[in-house]
Amino acid sequence: MATFGWPEFFFILRSAGWTLLLTALAFVIGGAFGAALAILRLSENRILRGFASGYILVIQSIPVLMVLFMSYYGLSLFGIELPAFFAASLSLSIYVSAYLAEIWRGSIESVPFQQWEASSSLALTRAQQYRYVILPQALRIALPPTVGFLVQLVKNTSIVSVVGFVELSRAGALVNQATFLPFQVFSVVALIYFLICFPLSRLSRHLEKVMHAGRRH
Amino acid sequence: MPAVVIENVHKSYGPVEVLKGVSLAIETGQVFAIIGRSGSGKSTLLRCVNGLEVTQSGRIEVAGHAVTQEQKALRELRKDVGIVFQSYNLFPHLTVGENIKLAPRLAKGVSEAEADARARAVLAQVGLSEKFDAYPDNLSGGQQQRVAIARSLAMQPKVMLFDEVTSALDPELTGEVLTVMENLARGGMTMMLVTHEMAFARNVADVTVFMHQGKIWEQGPSKELFASPKTPELQAFLRSGVH
Repeated sequence: MATFGWPEFFFILRSAGWTLLLTALAFVIGGAFGAALAILRLSENRILRGFASGYILVIQSIPVLMVLFMSYYGLSLFGIELPAFFAASLSLSIYVSAYLAEIWRGSIESVPFQQWEASSSLALTRAQQYRYVILPQALRIALPPTVGFLVQLVKNTSIVSVVGFVELSRAGALVNQATFLPFQVFSVVALIYFLICFPLSRLSRHLEKVMHAGRRH
Repeated sequence: MPAVVIENVHKSYGPVEVLKGVSLAIETGQVFAIIGRSGSGKSTLLRCVNGLEVTQSGRIEVAGHAVTQEQKALRELRKDVGIVFQSYNLFPHLTVGENIKLAPRLAKGVSEAEADARARAVLAQVGLSEKFDAYPDNLSGGQQQRVAIARSLAMQPKVMLFDEVTSALDPELTGEVLTVMENLARGGMTMMLVTHEMAFARNVADVTVFMHQGKIWEQGPSKELFASPKTPELQAFLRSGVH
């Protein structure tokens, strides 16, 4: 039986790199889609608005695990075999896009409507209004909840272990199977999650304070 | 040709009719004041003139542009028609200078150097040259409103609309804003304003109209209207002191 030594520890640590990579990919890709969805959701066009809110509603109403199963096992029925890492990033991106879209829609909507009136009265186009007036203000509002969501995302990447992708949680499980030292192994895994998430949580709370103090109206 | 023509405009919010057939004309260079109680439809009328409110029927033309809901035409109109709001509505994330330069740069395609020169000129005009790099949050209400006027002026509008621009200000701050407006009036700007400042309407406006229940109830040269109001409603309004 293997012991829980440095090689096992470094194996877990390397897998934490995959967790970070998955998080980053899902955040960037999902964020890009989420931003587009948030804008569509607020579009003046009913069809675009309906499409965006339909997508958000559906994705938020099903477990991300189902999205993962569908993209990993489901697509293989049609002859499309996705590698586990690809299926994992895709599913997490879909999940992220729906949640960030809602967070960001709320942020955009909390910019006072007078800012829209003032900027449209100055003959700006809708795109210019977004770019120069609304989004810079919405960004300040969105930053704390977005970082807060990022913390959730780091932890939720653990579900991709069910399709066999070895990230932090799965690495812990594998080491445990070899060593039968669950308490030590999972303490280390938990500690690594904590070291990633704790600074992010603090950052989120700090941003909330700073952003709040910076705005008086 | 008049700078503003409003013909038989009707506007409802659901079942509530707030404008019941309003017609008026404002000549170029004229200062035109609208007074009346809250709910008389005066702010709504003003906001119809730059297309912020949609009318159900009637015709509005301002600075040679017909008011429509077609976005492109509306933007052309708004390049020539400025509006100043009760709540200033400066962009809080931009400095005073950036607030003023934004629209000339984006909507009129003016160069950065030209926009900068314009911004400094209009800021001087409202007496706030030293606030170019300040953020709106660090200005008093009166100063913010003067910046809002400057921001509008930087577009070099042909007509300016003022929607109760001193109503949100502490009494000691209204004077500085009214002075700026008076100077604008003297400079020949065509101005349409909704106001609660009776002294300002009487002394500065060429024409004052009294709106009541969604209609123009009484209108005339300001001096005459205030000296000898004809309708009992205007008499009561002027006596009440609550404007």
